[in-house]
Amino acid sequence: MSESLANPLLPAPYRVLRNKRNTHDVFTLDVEPVKRGNSTLFSPGQFNMLYIFGKGDAAISISGDPTKEQPLRHTIRRAGVVTQALEQVKPGGVLGIRGPFGVPWPVKEAEGQDVLLVAGGIGLAPLRPAMYTLLANRDKYGRIALFYGARTPEDLLYLSDLEQWRGRFDLQVCVSVDTAKRNWMGDVGVVTKLISKASFDPLNTVALVCGPEIMMRFSVQELKKNEIKSGNIFLSMERNMKCAVGFCGHCQYGPHFICKDGPVFRYDQVQSLLGKREV
Amino acid sequence: MESLEKILVQHPFLKNLEQKYVQLIVGCASNVRFDSGTFIYREGEDANYFYILRTGKVALEIHDSGRETITIETLGEGDVLGWAWLVPPYRRHADAHALELTRAIALDGKCLRDKCRDDHNLGYELMMRIVPLITHQLQATQLQLMDVYGVKK
Repeated sequence: MSESLANPLLPAPYRVLRNKRNTHDVFTLDVEPVKRGNSTLFSPGQFNMLYIFGKGDAAISISGDPTKEQPLRHTIRRAGVVTQALEQVKPGGVLGIRGPFGVPWPVKEAEGQDVLLVAGGIGLAPLRPAMYTLLANRDKYGRIALFYGARTPEDLLYLSDLEQWRGRFDLQVCVSVDTAKRNWMGDVGVVTKLISKASFDPLNTVALVCGPEIMMRFSVQELKKNEIKSGNIFLSMERNMKCAVGFCGHCQYGPHFICKDGPVFRYDQVQSLLGKREV
Repeated sequence: MESLEKILVQHPFLKNLEQKYVQLIVGCASNVRFDSGTFIYREGEDANYFYILRTGKVALEIHDSGRETITIETLGEGDVLGWAWLVPPYRRHADAHALELTRAIALDGKCLRDKCRDDHNLGYELMMRIVPLITHQLQATQLQLMDVYGVKK
């Protein structure tokens, strides 16, 4: 058992193997445990608390492939003090990690059904492990489609993955950006518009949605318009997480703690809270 | 004309429309094609037609002198291009630029406007189909303005 699981508030040291820039404000850190025995196992949709000594910690989704033995991978957007410090860590540097935490995407439960992944911006990072898992078990699922929206073409993440996925005959991948200059030959428009272009069996489809909350709200509207049942729509929610185990209450969301009860919620669990400015 | 009617009847834009109105709309329809790079219409022009896209891709663009042209939305197969033909003063709000060879059914909006004036039921039916397009564009613009993928401030 890893130290984190034995004491979930104690960070274990991990060494940075690679710090790769994805876009102007997004980067990916590959890390491995300094001490043998600390695990790199996780489920798609889970997150870790990444701790920079002397700065603090931040909840970061795990973005690597859970079906392969590989360094633990986190894709991070520079947004505050901790993530700015994480961006500066060079290979060989050490940071603290607690986790993995949280309720994962229901990829096992989705077996036998069509699966739609709807990602907006950095929201593709927590969905990527789900996609890897679906593709590693491709014969267990019906149709699979990824709809990915970003701000501009320059903000698109994981271009080599997208290119590879688009080349597959058993996967539909649609990418759209909010705005683009004339040299962009791809789609422009909100990601929600792509949903109606997919072919899927609405009664037998699971939708996994991750992105800014307003984008998820609009995505749910579109999914429901396409007759996908509320109980088959899953959202990954985001709030400021601190302890990650439901002690501190920083991430309270109505009756839920996002760190412990989420981050992945079935839509009908959070339906009444979405869009409420008080929560 | 028979094939145009078949195509139009299957399109969601005309779903559940009474047969007499479908026939009337077919009377205002024609097949058109736009080569890659051509402008289907430009901002400020009279909005006398709208289009049901069959193949290809069209960019809605806005430009301001001295700045690079910005694509605000792309439309493709199955999309309806243009709503200004039904909303006074019937002028285009953006440029529509074919990004690739595009085939479409052009509908004579000016002719349909006149028919709507004579038959308010038809006017209501068409308005109920155009308003969702405008709403969609308004919502999309809201999301784009909010810069939802940017860092929260």
